[in-house]
Amino acid sequence: MTWSEMQPLLQQGTVDTLYMVLWSTLVTVLGGLPLGVFLVLTDKGGLLQNLPVNRVFGVIVNIGRSLPFMILLIALIPFTQFVVGTFIGPTAMIVPLAVGAIPFFARLVETAVREVDHGLVEAVQSMGGSIPAVVRKVLLPQALPSLVSAVTTTVIVLVGYSAMAGAVGGEGLGSKAVTYGFQRFETQFMLITVVILIAIVTAVQLIGDTAVRLLARRGRAA
Amino acid sequence: MITTTGLTKVYQSRGREVTALDDVDLQVREGEVFGVIGQSGAGKSSLIRCVNLLERPTSGTVTVDGRDLTALAGRGRRAGKELREARSRIGMVFQHFNLLSSRTVQDNVELPLEILKVSGAERSRKALELLDLVGLADKARAYPGQLSGGQKQRVGIARALAGDPKVLLSDEATSALDPETTRSILTLLRELNRALGLTVLLITHEMDVVKTVCDSAALMKKGKVVESGTVSELLATPGSELARELFPVGGHASGPDRTVLDVTFHGETATQPVISQLSRTYNIDISILGAAMDTVGGRQIGRMRIELPGPYEENVVPVGFLREQGLQIDVVDDDPSAAAADGPALAEEAAE
Repeated sequence: MTWSEMQPLLQQGTVDTLYMVLWSTLVTVLGGLPLGVFLVLTDKGGLLQNLPVNRVFGVIVNIGRSLPFMILLIALIPFTQFVVGTFIGPTAMIVPLAVGAIPFFARLVETAVREVDHGLVEAVQSMGGSIPAVVRKVLLPQALPSLVSAVTTTVIVLVGYSAMAGAVGGEGLGSKAVTYGFQRFETQFMLITVVILIAIVTAVQLIGDTAVRLLARRGRAA
Repeated sequence: MITTTGLTKVYQSRGREVTALDDVDLQVREGEVFGVIGQSGAGKSSLIRCVNLLERPTSGTVTVDGRDLTALAGRGRRAGKELREARSRIGMVFQHFNLLSSRTVQDNVELPLEILKVSGAERSRKALELLDLVGLADKARAYPGQLSGGQKQRVGIARALAGDPKVLLSDEATSALDPETTRSILTLLRELNRALGLTVLLITHEMDVVKTVCDSAALMKKGKVVESGTVSELLATPGSELARELFPVGGHASGPDRTVLDVTFHGETATQPVISQLSRTYNIDISILGAAMDTVGGRQIGRMRIELPGPYEENVVPVGFLREQGLQIDVVDDDPSAAAADGPALAEEAAE
């Protein structure tokens, strides 16, 4: 393959990968953030303590986390078909990617929020703050650096998942690597896709780490 | 201002029941600084948390400013709107300050106002005014991490005052601070108490805190209030442990055939040079063995241990004279075994 043959394929693949990762990250955060907070609130000693509900959600999350992504991808085909109208292409892949990442992200959120000093929660309660106020004014802002770190980790996991999704009807760099690099023995092409993936992961990690550092510096020692 | 009746709190811990509060009746009058003292585990924390219902009492009632908070609380775990509204009128400061590290000092003080849905301009006006009141006007833009412990507690106090409370609850507010900072925070609390007519309920394990700022005090042991009253009431109570701790006296007879007396001044009598009057009237030499005295508002409060020459039988008349002055006199049985029981801690404190 010449460079002029590879270039449009790589470009399309990168755009599709970023598209899938970006949208599935958005859906994952929208779904996983409330779920993670809910797990903390309903747990023992939580403001909404409800152990049966907590256990049920905990089991669902654990199942979601233990299923291999390949299996989830295939098992979700009818659901994806129902939601998007098709189960192939980058848009359709957002569904299994988000469903796969939500339990993972929710656990990270849970850990981050649990770290927040209970004294702060008590302080807001003593001011007459409601539970939504505790979540908005204390739990989320105080956990922000850890939450950003959790998003970073999740984005990177999604880059990996998206490559897998490429093998089962998705698009993106993963699918290009399989179709051209693997099945047509274009080793050079495969290597380039891998390099691009590494670059994406590195960039995400760097941006995430910088954001965490800036957030953590705020309020720490001068 | 704050009244608890029959307040009981029982925790369930691994099937066992732990009674943190056992039938506690407390009366805090409007405008006074009331100190609850006790060792850790005595139930002080549970008590102060029950006052604003951060902890639900197992039984009993809490009334603050005429409102029965226990009735507002309802039965669920979640605080209803009415209880939250009532809480916003009760300020609270904490041992570990509990400031949000992600917010500036000013934003921390604005937090309760945000919860009360006060507009932005009004919030910042009020926050700056409060920071000025606690002497931290120049730190509005700093983060809590950049402040010293004493400054953090000042921010905590400013924050507690944001909702214009009539009552301030102080949960070991000075326990994480060094003695000098403790004094400045206590002075601030006293000033706020006087300037704003604020009723303060504070819990502490430091007798010094009670001695410095409290008008009234209660002693807690194993979930029960053992003693309570104004400082002069406590002094007037024979055998009061709090009075003894607040005004420790020590010292032993300098020889045989001496009479050792504990003289308690509970502030009911106007200041008179009683001891020198006694000396002149009966022409006797008096030694002061130990004393812990304070003059509050022209009245003398405290205790003094004095020694008169001769056995008690010879001193009945002078003792009668002292009693006539409205002083409480306890004859100290000064044999060496009793002296040992007095405890080294008390003797040391008196030596200071």
